[in-house]
Amino acid sequence: MPDPMRIRAQAAGDKTTVRVLMSHEMETGLRKDPAGKTIPAWFIQEVTAQLNGKPVLTAEWGPSVSKNPFLQFIVKGAKAGDKIAVTWRDNRGETRTDEATVS
Amino acid sequence: MRSRLIAFAAIAASATATVPLVAQTPPQPKSAADGIAEYRKMLEDGNPAELFEAKGEDLWKTARGPKNATLEACDLGLGPGVVKGAWAQLPRYFPDTKKVQDLESRLLSCMQSLQGFDAAEIAATPFDKGEQATVTALAAWISSLSRGMKMALPQKHPEEKRAYELGKRAFFYRGGPMDFSCASCHGEAGKRIRLQDLPDLTKNPGDGVGFAAWPAYRVSSGEMWSMQRRLNDCFRQQRFPYPGFASDATIALGVYMGVNAKGAESIAPAIKR
Repeated sequence: MPDPMRIRAQAAGDKTTVRVLMSHEMETGLRKDPAGKTIPAWFIQEVTAQLNGKPVLTAEWGPSVSKNPFLQFIVKGAKAGDKIAVTWRDNRGETRTDEATVS
Repeated sequence: MRSRLIAFAAIAASATATVPLVAQTPPQPKSAADGIAEYRKMLEDGNPAELFEAKGEDLWKTARGPKNATLEACDLGLGPGVVKGAWAQLPRYFPDTKKVQDLESRLLSCMQSLQGFDAAEIAATPFDKGEQATVTALAAWISSLSRGMKMALPQKHPEEKRAYELGKRAFFYRGGPMDFSCASCHGEAGKRIRLQDLPDLTKNPGDGVGFAAWPAYRVSSGEMWSMQRRLNDCFRQQRFPYPGFASDATIALGVYMGVNAKGAESIAPAIKR
């Protein structure tokens, strides 16, 4: 089971800033281990965000995104108490969803 | 991501716009330190150290080890189970082990006495592997509960005073193939390695600098580093043999730096390049 994300969603007027920290190795597949063997690629491929169950963001990621990635985006029309859910899926098919309440 | 790009664009635009206005007096070039400060500021909001804090809190409260116990009875110096503020007063003398201990060595003691782990085995484990990763995550969480507090290491006990003097000697001790001491780089203000400013650790280097900034997340390597690991790397850069994880010499250096930093505000766990 992958480690949980940290999600913060702060509303200011019409706009809500969502900050997401994901815990992921993000291996490029280009590095080698001390024995000289290639470390297999392992990275997040798809990120989606939902506001009260309605998709507001989808992103396709690749191996150039850093380890433990940080994502920030602004969503319009969210109010305090609304639910923001973020899901990622990596190239191994592992997935993780976490939810935060807009404050 | 997008808002960052916009921020960059805005900076670039304003820079070109202001140049003609101050053509008489050339604008102060942005120093490397300003650039790094700006970079840290942008990363502050998303410090991945938070992921380690969450992990550490979990590990503290989870029953683990051969004795299947939590660490909640661990005394970090302010009484069993008291975590808030403990980090700002470490390293300190502990009567039960009769030793001056820093956070990491104290955690080893607790993991041995409460959970039944073998402290010597953990100390010999490479960083980020096995229970070493546990110690790092715990250190991240424990230090986060002292964020914003001022460093206040006790110096009442004779052993604490002895550790300070020992640490001072270790700090100024020159050796290794390059004849370096800690003081070669950290003994006066205004020094740097490459673009990194080096704090003067013989006195209080300021809030959130030096001892008051570790543990920290290293963006370049994507790793969480405790003070012990920071010291390990200092020794490596000096081409000096590492005295060992949680060894007396590293703890004494911690006491020396921590006591010197008295009154400095802690920002640990910080974020580093």
